[in-house]
Amino acid sequence: MTLQDLVRPYRAAFASRFLQMLQYRTAALAGFGTQCWWGGIKVMVLAAFYGNAAADELPMTLAHAITYTWLAQGLLALLPWAGDPEVAQAVRTGSVAYDRLRPVDGYALWFVRSAGWIAARVLPRLALMVAFAGVALPLLGWGEWGWQPPAGTGAALAFALSALLALLLSVSMVMLLNVAAAAALNERGINAIAVPMVVVLSGNLLPLALMPDGWQTALLLQPLAGLMDIPMRLYMAQFTGWQAVGGLGLQAFWIVVMVALGRLAIVRAMRRLDVQGG
Amino acid sequence: MSHILVDRLVKTYRISERDPGLAGAIRGVLHRRHRTVEALAGVSFELERGELLGFIGPNGAGKSTTIKILAGILRPDGGRVEVDGRDPFEDRERHVGRIGVVFGQRTQLWWDLPVGEGFDLLRDIYRVDEVRYRRTRDELVSLLKLERVLDQPVRQLSLGQRMRAEIAAALLHEPDLLFLDEPTIGLDAPSKLAVREFVRRANRERGTTVLLTTHDMHDIEALAERVIVIGHGRVLADSPVEALRAQVEAAGIAADAPVEEGEEGQDGQASLAIEEVISRFYTMHGAHEA
Repeated sequence: MTLQDLVRPYRAAFASRFLQMLQYRTAALAGFGTQCWWGGIKVMVLAAFYGNAAADELPMTLAHAITYTWLAQGLLALLPWAGDPEVAQAVRTGSVAYDRLRPVDGYALWFVRSAGWIAARVLPRLALMVAFAGVALPLLGWGEWGWQPPAGTGAALAFALSALLALLLSVSMVMLLNVAAAAALNERGINAIAVPMVVVLSGNLLPLALMPDGWQTALLLQPLAGLMDIPMRLYMAQFTGWQAVGGLGLQAFWIVVMVALGRLAIVRAMRRLDVQGG
Repeated sequence: MSHILVDRLVKTYRISERDPGLAGAIRGVLHRRHRTVEALAGVSFELERGELLGFIGPNGAGKSTTIKILAGILRPDGGRVEVDGRDPFEDRERHVGRIGVVFGQRTQLWWDLPVGEGFDLLRDIYRVDEVRYRRTRDELVSLLKLERVLDQPVRQLSLGQRMRAEIAAALLHEPDLLFLDEPTIGLDAPSKLAVREFVRRANRERGTTVLLTTHDMHDIEALAERVIVIGHGRVLADSPVEALRAQVEAAGIAADAPVEEGEEGQDGQASLAIEEVISRFYTMHGAHEA
């Protein structure tokens, strides 16, 4: 089998889900509206916080923290909030049986479908957020409250690569949620646990650098940092050179770990699979 | 070599139970209660290439479980299964590329995608050559009269349209073994006839091996030369339909139920309607669902 033939099912499954999810314009606009609102509140909280602190003691400038906030809002849909609803539905209705009938790797099939789902949700929201915080705010004369461009070309490239790794990392975590849903035949309980951990530990609530000094090493090494905090540090050139390579390597390491765990789990779950109804 | 070999197949399910009401719910939280049910308790049969087998039995008899094991979806708890010389579960990826499956109660097409796009996606998932795909698809579309629904999203199809599309979807990769699990459920008369006619042609003209489960005994009468009756996870009979009828009619003389007049037999005697034959057969073997 040629390489092209090998990847053909996965490419098609990704593209189909991606293109289908792009159709949901209302959801993207509504999500964008909420994210602007929350972004605004977070920026104001940060400004108040910075106003009361000695600037030279802080690990990042206010401008950086604001950029971080807008970028984090734009990439909100990138986070592994919940298992893939399509997988959850397949499990609940029993049409998971049909997924098992495809002559492809079961893990990879769900992985690309989930990747298409997440990518199609992130890209329109990110574009809208750039237009709002990166273009509209500076044009309106509120540039200091806006989204600053990356620190340089190198930083931009490193960020792009890191964001791609963040997508893969996120999907590998979504896959764990998917498999857990398949094993438990229901997704709700699992999703409820995932959300608070993801918001805090990815850096979405607050840049990890602003958390207590003693926690910094642990915060950076834990797998959720690769979802948002590491790409951000590359964007702002807080990590350069070997540090940047280390950040990307850390992301890659956690992807490998999560995929390995997911594959082990899916084999186990499929051996004990129940197909619900009829 | 047989196309399908099933030898003393066993599959058990754990069923969780709970007493009704608040007290039962609280007890259920503190202590989970499970019961093990034997869905299959030693099913054996063989199927040759090109055969069309009707697989019948009351609800809960183990028909769908058998199909799911043969399709590689479920792993058996005991016994041996070989399809084309392969273990369907352990060698799943290669196995499923050669089979087509329709579950009448579920949909394999993507709910929000137009039918034609769903077909295209299956083409890529099964890695079907483009030229071959077009020929097969066009043939299926015309045989199953799907021209008008190709651009419609699956969620907007009627049940009859959807079932025809499902059958086409299961055959796009030209499998040589077809599992149909209640393909006529809920269909109107013309759709049923269309499905039957199509299955017959696939079997006779292309030599596709077909395993069909149904509760519509007219499907069986119209299609199957050979029938396996399954009840309580066991094979109760494996014979031509006519042999079942003979067995029931021989026993029917002693039965207290009045014989309903069915269609006229060839020898002029009243013969039982097919439903009556099957229903009496279930009763004779105590096979009704618990």
